[in-house]
Amino acid sequence: MLTVLLITVPLLLGLVSFFIRDDFKRRVLIVVCSSAHLVLTGLVWGNGDGVNPGAWFAFDHTGVVFLAITSLLFFGASFYGIEYLSGENHHEDNKDEKRRLFSREAVFSGCFLLFLSTMTFVVASQHLAVLWVGIEATTLASAPLIYFHRTKRSLEATWKYLLICSVGIAVALLGVFFLAVADHHREEMLLGQMIASARDINVPWLKAAFLLLFVGYGTKMGLAPFHTWLPDAHSEAPSVVSALLSGALLNCAFLGILRGYQICIAAGLQSYCQEIFIVFGLVSMAFAAVFILGQTDYKRMLAYSSVEHMGMIIFGIGVGESAVFGALVNMLGHSLTKAGLFFVAGNILSYFGTKRIADIQGILTGKMRWSGALWMTGFLLITGTPPSGIFLGKFIILKETLFQGRNGLAVVFLATLGVIFIGMARIFIMMTLGGTAPQGNQDNFYNRNTFLRIWVPALFFVLVITLGVYFPYWLKSALGEVAHELGGG
Amino acid sequence: MTMWVDFIIVAVLLLDLMMLSSSRIRNCIQIAAVQGTLVGLMPLFVESHPGALSPVVASFFSIFLKGVVFPWLLFRALREANIRKEVEPIGGYPLSLLMGVVMFAMGFWLSKRLLYPDPFVPALGAPVSFATFFTGVFLIISRMKAITQVIGYLILENGIYLFGAVFLGGQSLLVELAILLDIFAAVFVMGITIFHINREFDHIDTQKLSELKDIITSK
Repeated sequence: MLTVLLITVPLLLGLVSFFIRDDFKRRVLIVVCSSAHLVLTGLVWGNGDGVNPGAWFAFDHTGVVFLAITSLLFFGASFYGIEYLSGENHHEDNKDEKRRLFSREAVFSGCFLLFLSTMTFVVASQHLAVLWVGIEATTLASAPLIYFHRTKRSLEATWKYLLICSVGIAVALLGVFFLAVADHHREEMLLGQMIASARDINVPWLKAAFLLLFVGYGTKMGLAPFHTWLPDAHSEAPSVVSALLSGALLNCAFLGILRGYQICIAAGLQSYCQEIFIVFGLVSMAFAAVFILGQTDYKRMLAYSSVEHMGMIIFGIGVGESAVFGALVNMLGHSLTKAGLFFVAGNILSYFGTKRIADIQGILTGKMRWSGALWMTGFLLITGTPPSGIFLGKFIILKETLFQGRNGLAVVFLATLGVIFIGMARIFIMMTLGGTAPQGNQDNFYNRNTFLRIWVPALFFVLVITLGVYFPYWLKSALGEVAHELGGG
Repeated sequence: MTMWVDFIIVAVLLLDLMMLSSSRIRNCIQIAAVQGTLVGLMPLFVESHPGALSPVVASFFSIFLKGVVFPWLLFRALREANIRKEVEPIGGYPLSLLMGVVMFAMGFWLSKRLLYPDPFVPALGAPVSFATFFTGVFLIISRMKAITQVIGYLILENGIYLFGAVFLGGQSLLVELAILLDIFAAVFVMGITIFHINREFDHIDTQKLSELKDIITSK
């Protein structure tokens, strides 16, 4: 029942919000809906689980954790969105608006809630073909969000996102069909049943299926070299959407890969998958390092940092054992920190009106000082400086790699992290130091509405630091269960 | 029954080659529609649960979407975009056709690697569906216009659908309809995007969509 509500409430409210004409009411509706979603998520978490073997939608341990991350991010984003959207509309020329069936913001609000609904659909799916349907639906619901600014650049980003992700996900559909063939086409492709009967699965077909799923969902997850849509979409989308893409959507695609991985584990193919994970994890990290070094656009830099983190997470899953737990901690930390950073990037963009790193300096001074402080804090957290939760994740992964005697991998892992740290430090320091920020005119809408735009990212950063300092027992046991489901210890 | 299945499979392959060689976008849309219709007929001929209603329903919706709705959407986009009606492939038509043959060979090679234990599956099913899949990918890569990329996406989906129909004899109806609904929504959203691209840029040549790139690749 809770599962059904979690999916249908945002779906219905999303459809309703297309037809609400008043901007303020729509923003309230988003906040109400995402708060309700968070409460329901809390109930699901508290109720425990127990997947009914025939159910298409249910939450196992893995699903609940992914749901919690998604719900928390949407909760933050909905509050941030109140002031963000009024800031965006402040400059809006309303001539063009009148002719449209739905106003720009109505489309945004509707798609925002549909996006939440489709993502919940994904994390709740126990049926692999239904999971595919959900992941494709997230692409379609989020494409209009990326096109929010209605500029040529955002249109280009939207087209690339739509086409590359749709083709990638089509590859994954072939993977789903391969999986059905490997499983001798039993009645339904339910995860639990497939895991239970994995012993007599057809191994060559399963291997091929896993590869296709990996490439397909990996495209959407932003693993290099299939990540090409990601920097464009993240840099051109409104910051509040970038935060959700990076923090929640990439995880959902990752879940698609993990479901295939769970079946492979049960069929005794764990080491085959792990090699793929390790190779693509390191390749993604290396790609990100190269592109962060010469970056001129700070939102693109954050996007490449997401590629890096996805690489790191998948590397951790590949190393296995306790590194799986580390990867999960890293995923949690990354989602919160990156969302916070994109929120702050949105503040900077609103104030300075440019995404070029070279045009921005001295954000620690003047009106921007709070955002500037958060920007610097976010940098330290995302690169895994203690006491960030990400440090904990990275450390566990590294420890396990060394423990297994894979010193070469550990060296490459550390070296890439080092390069990325240097590249990001250069950018963040250039932006915060040197000169003073232009004071801007008092008319600047941003100057007068900053309360939530500061507090939402600040709250996320506090949560990440909390993870690093005090890791609560209930969270540890929850992540431990997930790690167990994913072949870790 | 198997005769019809084989007929459809061979026709799908021939349509792939026709697609690669046709120079008018209008023809491409028609070919994709015919191919979609043929592929949509497959569930009727492949034995699944005898006497079940689901193959008929699935087949109906599939043909309705691929044979009627998609061509209509694409023709509309073509008309509104008011673009040059030629395909303009990278590397020309002879190369495209040659690639078609190569992709068929690849399909064969791939399906030889993946032995399927069931002797009732038509021998050409796997190679042709892989070849169609590759053709779709190739069309997306080699054709410059946004609309031809969407056609490529449809061909790719036809390949996957053919694979599903031949090997799985129809998924459960609900799942199949959900997948179709997704593909419909994808084409619909892409159609809207093409409309916007045309309005903003006065062309739908995706090669000119190149403003977003990293410093390393651009300079």
